[in-house]
Amino acid sequence: MKRRTALKAAVAASAIVWAGAAFAADPIIVGAVAPKTGPLAGGSVVTHWPNIQLWAGEVNARGGLNVGGEMRLVEVIEYDDQTNPAETIKAITRLATQDNADIILAPYSTGLNIAAAPIMDKLGFPQITSTAATDQVGELSKQFPNMYFLLGSSSALANGAVDVMAAMRDKGEIGNRIAMVNVADAFGIELAAVAKPSFEAAGFEIVYETSYPLGTQDLSPIMKAAKAAEPDAFVAWSYPPDTFGLTEQAMIEDLNVKVFYTAVATAFPAYSAVYGPAAEGVMGIGGVNNASPEFLDYAARHEAATGEKPDYWASGMMYASLQILEQSIEDSGTLDMAVINQYIKDHSFETVMGTIDFDENNNNASYWTVGQWQGGEFKGIASTGREGVVAPVLKNGWK
Amino acid sequence: MTARDWKNLVLGSVLLGIAALLPLTGDAYAIALGVNIAMYGVLATSWALFSGPTHYISLATAAFFGVGTYVTASGIDVLPYWALPPLAGIIGGILAGIVGLATLRLSGVYFVIFTLGLAEMIRQIVTWWQNATGHKGSYVLTDLTENHIYWQLLGVAALVYLAGWAIGRSRLGFALRIIGDDEQVASHVGINTAVSKVALFIVPGAVAAIVGAMIAPRYIYIEPSTAFTPMLSFQVVIMAMLGGTGRLWGPIVGVIPFTLLWEVISVSFPNQTTLLLGLCFLLIVYLLPNGFVGLFEKIRARALSKEAYQ
Repeated sequence: MKRRTALKAAVAASAIVWAGAAFAADPIIVGAVAPKTGPLAGGSVVTHWPNIQLWAGEVNARGGLNVGGEMRLVEVIEYDDQTNPAETIKAITRLATQDNADIILAPYSTGLNIAAAPIMDKLGFPQITSTAATDQVGELSKQFPNMYFLLGSSSALANGAVDVMAAMRDKGEIGNRIAMVNVADAFGIELAAVAKPSFEAAGFEIVYETSYPLGTQDLSPIMKAAKAAEPDAFVAWSYPPDTFGLTEQAMIEDLNVKVFYTAVATAFPAYSAVYGPAAEGVMGIGGVNNASPEFLDYAARHEAATGEKPDYWASGMMYASLQILEQSIEDSGTLDMAVINQYIKDHSFETVMGTIDFDENNNNASYWTVGQWQGGEFKGIASTGREGVVAPVLKNGWK
Repeated sequence: MTARDWKNLVLGSVLLGIAALLPLTGDAYAIALGVNIAMYGVLATSWALFSGPTHYISLATAAFFGVGTYVTASGIDVLPYWALPPLAGIIGGILAGIVGLATLRLSGVYFVIFTLGLAEMIRQIVTWWQNATGHKGSYVLTDLTENHIYWQLLGVAALVYLAGWAIGRSRLGFALRIIGDDEQVASHVGINTAVSKVALFIVPGAVAAIVGAMIAPRYIYIEPSTAFTPMLSFQVVIMAMLGGTGRLWGPIVGVIPFTLLWEVISVSFPNQTTLLLGLCFLLIVYLLPNGFVGLFEKIRARALSKEAYQ
């Protein structure tokens, strides 16, 4: 291309851009940082990223967000933090200072969210975490007043399972013998550390207990030993790969228990897709209200927009966090983050997971703790104050 | 000290002084990048102090770094923060000494494999201990900001450069260069090769532990998987190689462009970051086998030989 022609083309192009800008309001820049690679990518592509895609698509399809009477589209800028906290911090700073993001979404997982807290706090963005489970909510929200917690505390998640089993035992449905295993990694260790004394305090007898390193491929010795101890209930504080591995071994060994509980990923749609009717009666961490029309509608939209079902634990919370931001921006009519933060603290929100109202520690005090596969759906069977709890059923074989 | 030494010392102090002004710009993005550059700069420079002259490729950086983060994570409730980085340095140094005694008789690929396994082994020990005691998450909540962390890392950088400068002029540094050229010759001329190697292996071990202790308040939530990530060890080696290990200033010359390149790739290709980084590694090794230092020396040698023939 000749120089003069290039110059003309450039002038014409900038005129078009300028004209376009004059007609439509500037888009709202939404920054998103989460793993696309690294150890936690497997979870974030199920729970985190599809919800952002869904939400941005829906908002833009109805003409954008109403900010003080002006309809503005949202434009999402995505970065991969490679499951590395230093990259999360850098990407958030980059979004704020280089991309001039109007909103930055909370990142994925407990560790990356906590690493991001100081920079989010300094920049003044609300950090509504939907995938962080921690017992330090009080300390964290004191130090980072704009950090909010939707998913609950690890203690409540573990104790929820203990309470479900204690109630079943008190009704005479199951016996007293518990086999308990855990993956030897941060969250698995924490859940087991809470559950063990709780089981003992509830009068259970732990007849088999062990742990296995993260990434263990051969779980059959564990299941054989657990079976030999003749437990009434089998509980695993597990991560995604071993949740699947232990289920597989239980089927091979035909483990005969009345309660079978695995933790993270039991609520993934893939779990029932893989095991079909054998998944019936399996309990796991999380849960949703499957009877709620809001959730059912959300699940249908999620599947239509992304081709995948949401998971039955944190997916809905992730979407709820976006709804909270949306409502705060539209109702207060501004992108001033100080106003938005005050709005979040002062109001309650109607979301796909039900009403959410943060307490004085920015904590959502009512959340699901235990769910169970019943009739091909993962239903919430225990919560800290959510509506729609269904009664647990006994695990009846693996056919 | 010669006039040239003084010149280098003044130049180095001025450059560090300028670097220390970065937080005054108040540009959060530049500071976040600066913390990464300072962290990798210190790690790569101290790595090259040992691995440069001896040609022993150590992949143990993550092991010592992780130990440092756990010193802060487990000590922050008991001791004041300022005591923890020096304590981490001592623990890292002792650990490096023990590891060095056990492994520096290994040569070549055996040493590389052992150091790679070391990070995983320590990570498993930490996990085992957490599991056995029913550990409930490690939190390092402090008032330290990115600026504080950045300045602390620059302070360590100054110490590392001084140490490197002193070692380069000492009998120890001379002995290590001979070991690197030919270990047989070194032992025949009466150098205690084992002691020399262990003595210098302690330096990067202690420094990586100190850096880990200083970074812990940045990560706040400390998990074995992030503290002992093997990626760290590889990045340090690649950055030091890109710069070149023959000179004290070599690694930092690699760290700065590499961090910026990483940044450009992360921004432009968020969905293919890891793939493109892999391609860059290959290109760097293929096009710059001796790093920027090698390139610089080659250009200088060419210029000198031209002068000589004219």
